[in-house]
Amino acid sequence: MTDLLPLIVAKYNYWLYVILMMIGLYAMIAKNNLIKKVVGMNIFQTAIILFYVSIGYKKDATIPIIQNAHGGHDAHAAVIHAIDYINPLPHVLMLTAIVVSVATFGVAMALAVRIYQRYQTLEEDELRMRLSE
Amino acid sequence: MLYGTADFPDWGDPSSPASTHLSDYYIEKTIEDTQVPNIVTSVLADYRGFDTMFETAVIFTAGLACFLLLRDFRGKKERFYRHKPTGVILHIKDGKKILAVGKEFEHMDKDWVPSDLIIKTVCRILIPFIQIYAMYVVAHGDFSPGGGFQGGVIFGSSLILLAISYDLKTLVKRIKEKVLGIFAALGVLIYVGIAAICMPMGGNFLDYSKLAPLVPGDPHHVRALGMLGVEIGVGFAVMAVMAIIYINIVSEGRHDEGL
Repeated sequence: MTDLLPLIVAKYNYWLYVILMMIGLYAMIAKNNLIKKVVGMNIFQTAIILFYVSIGYKKDATIPIIQNAHGGHDAHAAVIHAIDYINPLPHVLMLTAIVVSVATFGVAMALAVRIYQRYQTLEEDELRMRLSE
Repeated sequence: MLYGTADFPDWGDPSSPASTHLSDYYIEKTIEDTQVPNIVTSVLADYRGFDTMFETAVIFTAGLACFLLLRDFRGKKERFYRHKPTGVILHIKDGKKILAVGKEFEHMDKDWVPSDLIIKTVCRILIPFIQIYAMYVVAHGDFSPGGGFQGGVIFGSSLILLAISYDLKTLVKRIKEKVLGIFAALGVLIYVGIAAICMPMGGNFLDYSKLAPLVPGDPHHVRALGMLGVEIGVGFAVMAVMAIIYINIVSEGRHDEGL
């Protein structure tokens, strides 16, 4: 127990994402309402996005935009050190992941609307009852 | 999973596995290769151009799926018309086709409420600024945080704000459904077109540097210009698809009423 506490404090970001991910997974599995399942999926995706963005973070580094790139006359003379800029790769991957999550959310909502139009309900047990009739 | 975090690198560690190898190359060579200071944009649109191209295709497919699932051309049988000067409401049951009413009548929803003057005025002032800001975000994606996805989403949200503050019919009247569909397809076409033009110019697919004879100016900046064109395409597609998804979901595909 004594060595567990510093471990949590040093890596509390990962713990937060794991908790968030489990909340989303719980909602996806256990909730009865289809919209709540979709919201759970979104929480799950958010946890993964936050995880990736925190991987890209570096201490004492700035955003991944090169300073004085076209401006000052000593721009090209200055050597660019990778340690001064945070990792751009997770940001790029998550930019596209956010867009995919919006797209999947839109399609899921469209499907939910269609299901509601047909069965007048979004509760999963009621839907199952209707289908077995 | 919690136990597994013990093996993860510390937060903000510059020598973590994710922040070595490939990302160092991107950070150090991006000015040399592409002349674009925003590394995220250069990785998104140039180094990983294929990824973003199919991403745009995913967006387009999502809009298409929403349209095909929900669009309903039949319209409702029950209709309500409001006489504008007097506020008298006509309720028509079992109206098969749309009545040819004069300009004094307005087709309206069952649970119609007069829109609030304050909200309408504020939104009318705000929307043009939001749209200009969206274009700025797209155009300056090379130099500052931003890009096609973000700008497209901002532009799409301005359209959604119009639909919320007025009503859905105002938005559909301003921007026809066909125009939105064409914009979504046009965005993907711009992206793939710019990428495909590189091939007859003697390069690989998405090799913007081969476009140099086509564009005026410094040939060193041609990759930045190629990225800008691609971002504009992405912006078009995202903007149109946001509006398509919103319109179809709130009106259940009928495009007449809704939030």
